[in-house]
Amino acid sequence: MDFTEEQLERYSRHIILQEVGVEGQQKLLESSVLIIGAGGLGTPAAQFLAAAGVGKIGLVDADQVELSNLQRQVLHHTPDVGRLKVESAKNKINSMNPDVEVKTYRDYLYSGNIKEVIREYDFIIDGTDNFPAKFLINDAAVMEDKPFSHAGIIKFTGQTMTVVPSEDTPCYRCVFIDPPPPGAVPSCKEAGVLGVLAGVVGALQATEAIKYLLDKGDLLTGNLLNYDALSMDFRKIEVKKNPDCGVCGEDPEITELIDYEQGACEL
Amino acid sequence: MKIQVNGKKVEYENELTVKELLKEEDVDMPEMVSVELNGEILAKDKFDSQLIKDGDQVEFLYFMGGGSNDGLH
Repeated sequence: MDFTEEQLERYSRHIILQEVGVEGQQKLLESSVLIIGAGGLGTPAAQFLAAAGVGKIGLVDADQVELSNLQRQVLHHTPDVGRLKVESAKNKINSMNPDVEVKTYRDYLYSGNIKEVIREYDFIIDGTDNFPAKFLINDAAVMEDKPFSHAGIIKFTGQTMTVVPSEDTPCYRCVFIDPPPPGAVPSCKEAGVLGVLAGVVGALQATEAIKYLLDKGDLLTGNLLNYDALSMDFRKIEVKKNPDCGVCGEDPEITELIDYEQGACEL
Repeated sequence: MKIQVNGKKVEYENELTVKELLKEEDVDMPEMVSVELNGEILAKDKFDSQLIKDGDQVEFLYFMGGGSNDGLH
């Protein structure tokens, strides 16, 4: 693929980086990332991946934009309230960077459709807010050998970890084992979240996706990064593969995907 | 005994179970925490019986949702 004059200029700050260069930028343009959840984590990730020239971005979300989303979901604007999140996000990405093909899924993912959807992409970003979805994404990614970035946020703290099943790195289930009982999950509306925290953590997820696609640097595998915005502490906690892990352990009992009951948690 | 909890040094007079430590460390909802003891994830059914000993390193890893409610229903 030859770069146009416009592309050379658009991506000049990438191309000048030794770790990216023309070759790396070309890789990004030929890559695809699926973002599950076009909300607090997914929209900042989508913005930076689109700006970076990731050639194909898939967006999964069945919800519409609500006024209370705008405090942190900065890709959605006031006139978008009531529109489908995936349409609103696609619209902005198209205007930001015409090099990016955006594929939208106004669906809920479940055991019956997730594998087929993730198969099409090189890297997955989990930007969902609930544990049934997080475990489903983890298990499907492990089964399909798809690398992904997990993240969660609440109040002033966030966490993120990267899982690369083909390199046998610890998975989300290695650390968290099973979803918490639905009754134990606090209402996220009550808990609240600092808007900018979503942006920081979503941008970290995009960073991991780009590094994976470029095959540069060290990924956040085998580590859970914890970010406390109040104390401004970033702390990496080393995690190991769990031999008893239900999906990637020595004798995994989970061979079919599970649709857990939803623990209500609308962020 | 001296132990480390989430990277910070703390002291307790006597050995205590993981469940007791969660309470001492003011963890409101232990069901929203995964516990790593000296680098290994501890099965939840051992919280009651597993003793924390001098020199142990404990991490409380919190379940965090966040993002967007879209993945499934």
